[in-house]
Amino acid sequence: MSTDTAAESAPAAIEDFQPTTWTGSIRKKWLTTLPPEKMLPENQPAYVSSWIYVFGMLTITALIVVIASGCILTIGGVQWFHESSTGHFVNSLHFWSVQLFFLFMIVHLWGKFWMAAWRGKRGLTWATGAICFMAALATAFTGYTITTNFNAQWIAFEAKDVMNSVALGSWINVTNLGQMVGMHVVLLPLAVVAVVAMHVLLVRKHGVVPPIDALDPEAAVSASAAPSHSADTRSADTGEAATVSGAADATGEVSS
Amino acid sequence: MNLLGIDLNQPATYKDIWGWLSVSVPNLIMIIIMIALFVGALVLPFPKGKDES
Repeated sequence: MSTDTAAESAPAAIEDFQPTTWTGSIRKKWLTTLPPEKMLPENQPAYVSSWIYVFGMLTITALIVVIASGCILTIGGVQWFHESSTGHFVNSLHFWSVQLFFLFMIVHLWGKFWMAAWRGKRGLTWATGAICFMAALATAFTGYTITTNFNAQWIAFEAKDVMNSVALGSWINVTNLGQMVGMHVVLLPLAVVAVVAMHVLLVRKHGVVPPIDALDPEAAVSASAAPSHSADTRSADTGEAATVSGAADATGEVSS
Repeated sequence: MNLLGIDLNQPATYKDIWGWLSVSVPNLIMIIIMIALFVGALVLPFPKGKDES
């Protein structure tokens, strides 16, 4: 075992580890499901060198700006962001970052839909993305109802009829400003962040989905278990097919 | 200051497409931008990273 590298010996160590406490059980489950090299990888498959793979990260970047500007608005308060020039700026920053968040998310959704991104046991990754989209829609909607202007009043009173028509009006009163503020600044953002975190962890666990005509690195690793087996892979940016052997080469990894 | 001559303090204008689909101009612009981004992301070359050696 002295010839093993640290990265190779770590999974063996966690497999031998017999937990006696619940914290130890969680640690073993976590490290076997999502080892550090998967959680924070240094390399990605070659096909990730495409602009279509950028939009997930752009969506998260926009979300960070949305949350940061939203925190500042919450601290400043309604009077501040309605009447001061700095407040107007942060208010606009919050609004436009939301627009970019949805724009990037829609392009990300289109890319993953046409890539059939639920392939390779990635169904839950796809589902969490869909739930995130719906939670984000609800968050944006409640945001529109709390801007305390005539537009907000119009949206709230139109939405009231929608909520009543689907029998949710008894629980969710969209004309109740306090309820909408609470949902917009606490409940729904927490839901969005939790689902996004789960989505990202699932992407880390299963890897980025390959294009339809490319070899899945996860499958390549399994296929290369047989010593004489060779795998066919395709570079996403050149479109050139190459036959390679072994797990490391089959993934066609490049520096990220 | 309004560099583009667009007044955002007025209700949006709407376009009737194919006689049955009504879409606001702001939404139409956003849809066109998203489609352009999607197509661009598929066809534009991605910058090369540093080679592993």
